[in-house]
Amino acid sequence: MSELNRMTIAQARKGMAEGSFSSVELTQSCVNAMDTRADLGAFITPTPDAALEAAAEADKKRAAGDQGPLLGIPLGIKDLFCTEGVQTTAASRILQGFRPTYESTVTSNLLRDGAVFLGKLNLDEFAMGSSNTTSYYGNVVNPWQSSEKPDMQLVPGGSSGGSASAVAARLCLGATGTDTGGSIRQPAAFCGITGLKPTYGRCSRWGVVAFASSLDQAGPMARSVEDCALMLGSMAGYDPMDTTSVDTAVPDYTAELGAGVKGLKIGIPREYRVDGMPEEIEKLWMETADRLRAEGAEIVDISLPHTHAALPAYYIVAPAEASSNLARYDGVRYGFRADAPEGLPEFASLEEMYATTRGEGFGQEVQRRIMIGAYVLSAGFYDAYYNKARQVRTLIAQDFASAFEQVDAILTPTTPSPAFGITEEPTGVEMYMNDVFTVPASMAGIPGISVPVGMSKAGLPLGVQVLGKPFEEVGLLRVAQAVETAADFTATPQLMA
Amino acid sequence: MAQTIKGQTGEWEIVIGLEVHAQVLSESKLFSGASTTFGKAPNHNVALVDAALPGMLPVLNEVCVRQAVRSGLGIKAAINLYSVFDRKNYFYADLPQGYQISQLYHPIVGEGELTIDLEEGESRAIGIERIHLEQDAGKSIHDQDPHRSFIDLNRTGVALMEIVSKPDLRGGDEASAYMTKLRSILRYLGTCDGNMEQGSMRADVNVSVRPMGSTELGTRTETKNVNSVRFIRQAVEYEARRQVELLEGGGQVVQETRLYDPTKGETRSMRSKEEAHDYRYFPDPDLLPLQLDQAFVDAIAADLPELPDEKRARFEASYGLSNYDAGVLVAEKETGDFFEAVAEGRDAKLAANWVMGELFGALNKAGVELSNSPVSADALGGLIEAIGSDTISGRTAKDVFATMFETGKSADTIIDEQGLKQISDEGAIEAALDEIISSNPAQVEKAKENPKLKGWFVGQVMKATGGQANPGVVNKLINEKLG
Amino acid sequence: MSITRETVEQAARLARLTVADDDKDRLAGELSAILGFVEQLDEINTDDVEPLTSVVGATARMRKDEVNAGDYPERVLANAPDRVTDFYAVPKVVE
Repeated sequence: MSELNRMTIAQARKGMAEGSFSSVELTQSCVNAMDTRADLGAFITPTPDAALEAAAEADKKRAAGDQGPLLGIPLGIKDLFCTEGVQTTAASRILQGFRPTYESTVTSNLLRDGAVFLGKLNLDEFAMGSSNTTSYYGNVVNPWQSSEKPDMQLVPGGSSGGSASAVAARLCLGATGTDTGGSIRQPAAFCGITGLKPTYGRCSRWGVVAFASSLDQAGPMARSVEDCALMLGSMAGYDPMDTTSVDTAVPDYTAELGAGVKGLKIGIPREYRVDGMPEEIEKLWMETADRLRAEGAEIVDISLPHTHAALPAYYIVAPAEASSNLARYDGVRYGFRADAPEGLPEFASLEEMYATTRGEGFGQEVQRRIMIGAYVLSAGFYDAYYNKARQVRTLIAQDFASAFEQVDAILTPTTPSPAFGITEEPTGVEMYMNDVFTVPASMAGIPGISVPVGMSKAGLPLGVQVLGKPFEEVGLLRVAQAVETAADFTATPQLMA
Repeated sequence: MAQTIKGQTGEWEIVIGLEVHAQVLSESKLFSGASTTFGKAPNHNVALVDAALPGMLPVLNEVCVRQAVRSGLGIKAAINLYSVFDRKNYFYADLPQGYQISQLYHPIVGEGELTIDLEEGESRAIGIERIHLEQDAGKSIHDQDPHRSFIDLNRTGVALMEIVSKPDLRGGDEASAYMTKLRSILRYLGTCDGNMEQGSMRADVNVSVRPMGSTELGTRTETKNVNSVRFIRQAVEYEARRQVELLEGGGQVVQETRLYDPTKGETRSMRSKEEAHDYRYFPDPDLLPLQLDQAFVDAIAADLPELPDEKRARFEASYGLSNYDAGVLVAEKETGDFFEAVAEGRDAKLAANWVMGELFGALNKAGVELSNSPVSADALGGLIEAIGSDTISGRTAKDVFATMFETGKSADTIIDEQGLKQISDEGAIEAALDEIISSNPAQVEKAKENPKLKGWFVGQVMKATGGQANPGVVNKLINEKLG
Repeated sequence: MSITRETVEQAARLARLTVADDDKDRLAGELSAILGFVEQLDEINTDDVEPLTSVVGATARMRKDEVNAGDYPERVLANAPDRVTDFYAVPKVVE
């Protein structure tokens, strides 16, 4: 019983249904794990007491005959989802102490289905980053260690770094993430877990702190494709409060699991072979393709000609939207407000209060992106930058649309490198390259999933990404599970609880 | 005031464009389910999205869209089936999101036209550039605390239509006529209550001047948030004179935002260090483009009420009213309806005279709105019938009306109670007259020589009949008998 | 395009961010690098390409005009850093 926290969601569901253990026992095991691995910095706000209460409640419900799909399953929640009465920070100082008086739609859906929340998970500030080193509440550490430099702390990736680290270290059975340009898939790859970014519009954005509204999408992070399917079934759904959410029925995402890839066409986009990509990544990518071929899939060379334009376009669209979305953090209605200057009862002006609060409340990366965003939208530059980037998005979306006329799914590496050291973190534009393979799908709004398939020379997990057609997550999960089965990735991180 | 100003160097033309912000009549806000009711306790009419709490999203109110389309159709404008909501980014205390959702690039309503009514039956068509939907801002209160301002978001997010005219207006009269007519049309349509005191309609007044005959536009100033028809006229007049004086003195007009001070009747520059605004407009990614069906628009078009111009023409044609009278009666839909209820099946001209004369006069004097008039259309109709059937004389009718207005009783009741019924029976009047003639032979002789003295007999008959004799009959008989 | 110290100041002003003098040159360099990176897009021919408005490809859904929110000042004001009765309080706004 001591390792209940290491179970998958599917296993735990079965175990609780059979009466082998209770949610309280399972949750206690996760709470213990969180204590043991507090040094990972995965949680900003752990809520063990509330979790155990919720678990007891779940056990009662089960005794009364309730069989909610996630009944009694302990999950971590990225601290970008507003949770009623529980501090929600977006990893920013500017939201320190903010206790929402409302619950996000996605977390409401999970609660409706019986999930137990262990607390709020760390992330890059306002989800801006690929290393989880921009949080005001400290870095998150990857539970994996490099065999070459075992003493070095590695980044978990970002922005959903707390989610990825917590799931990989077995602190929770699954976690919510959000993905704007790769924020679910890249940390999933770095931490050796599975992470799904659904089609834009599949999960409601209501109650999720906005980064870039036209890209943000919530999704599950877990230790198996099946677990992601189970979580997505609860998280997804049309929400009248989010008019960008799409009004299509939520299917059973596990429906085609196990169906294999026989007869499916899997595309390999040639543009994803980028300069400087480590050979081991290229090799794993091709091995995965070979395994799928062995399972009966047809591997097809395809072209996505505007791939290289996705990242620069993303770094216009995302900061532009962010600069506007983050204008509301002004110290007036919630969160942090800077102190008035020494010896004065109040700031001399509202303007001064705004600028000081925002200057002190936002970290450097966020400020950088806000300024870039303000710049590219400013008078005279709109067409050259923002509108151009939107045109490029059309081209990227068209690339995918024509590719999907030929193939059922697309296979790519998730990241161009394994996890790197916190102190080795690349800076500026180099850092942005982390998202080079994940951003195109974000720009087109299509679903993508990262599945761990192997190890780097230094013993770090590597993932591949499967991309699918819009709103066809059922088929995507089917391919992803075939990848998972073929890879048989069983390695576990050194810093596992 | 004229459309021009005579300066020292010559004549100047005043060019005006109005951007009118009209609050859309709707139950809830443009993007939230909070109420639009006026006068609630602070921050009560505020939904989570209105306070821009993290993660909150806007959802478009269908009625607001309908109202904008309806307003567009009311000014004969092109309706854009495709429109987009943009974010206008700026920081302000009562703008919680840090941006206002508006429509810059693709407004819901395109070009239209509005006919303004000028003196002496003249009218002129004024071009309208566009109507777009946008959010209202909240309110800051500055006088409650020495160091702090207080913010109330009750108005935040209420739907506004911004109705932008072309620079087709000339002079204060036209500007105020435009506002009056626009208000009238929106009230007819039921898309805005036109309540200017509460800020339901206010105008940004763009004024420039140019030498008469010039076709180039001068540099304009924008006077913000002028909230009465009279103030619009005054702001235009003040601003035009200021600009002419400035230009004639060798100065230049600075393109700037100004404020109108109603107590001084002046405009003044809003900020000394006017910051160059850079609103960084871009399409709101939280809101998909709005695509309307033609059928949606057609259904609204089919449901449009008769508008003031049409009603005025009909009043002239069907009731034989003068252009002026018809104009007065149609200015407010309620007045037109009231008039029609009074005129229905009765003498329309008499009805028009009574509505505009006695009734308006009495309402004005009492400071009562037509909707609360103590004399209903039906009651006034009763009075007019009594006049038409010679039951009472026009003079008596005025007294009866005064009593009606005071007591709310019907004309018939008052006529009965006070015994005011007019005597039209020739026999009765003749008997009274004969009596007077026979008792006053000397007067009869004088009257025969000087017909002006016949009036004395009229007075005597009236006296004898308690004022109830029909004056027409009395006159007729006197003329017969005294030749 | 290269971003100058002045452009940094201007962008910071637009975004209401206090930036320390010492940081301005560093930021100018960082922002220039980002802009240099995104300007690769200049090479892409986007003539006659419609800008993407929404990946969902749908049009706006509208809601009924019903009052179903508000009248809960506590939910709105609960997190206010400074409030007086049911008002938010801010440093005096100079009109």
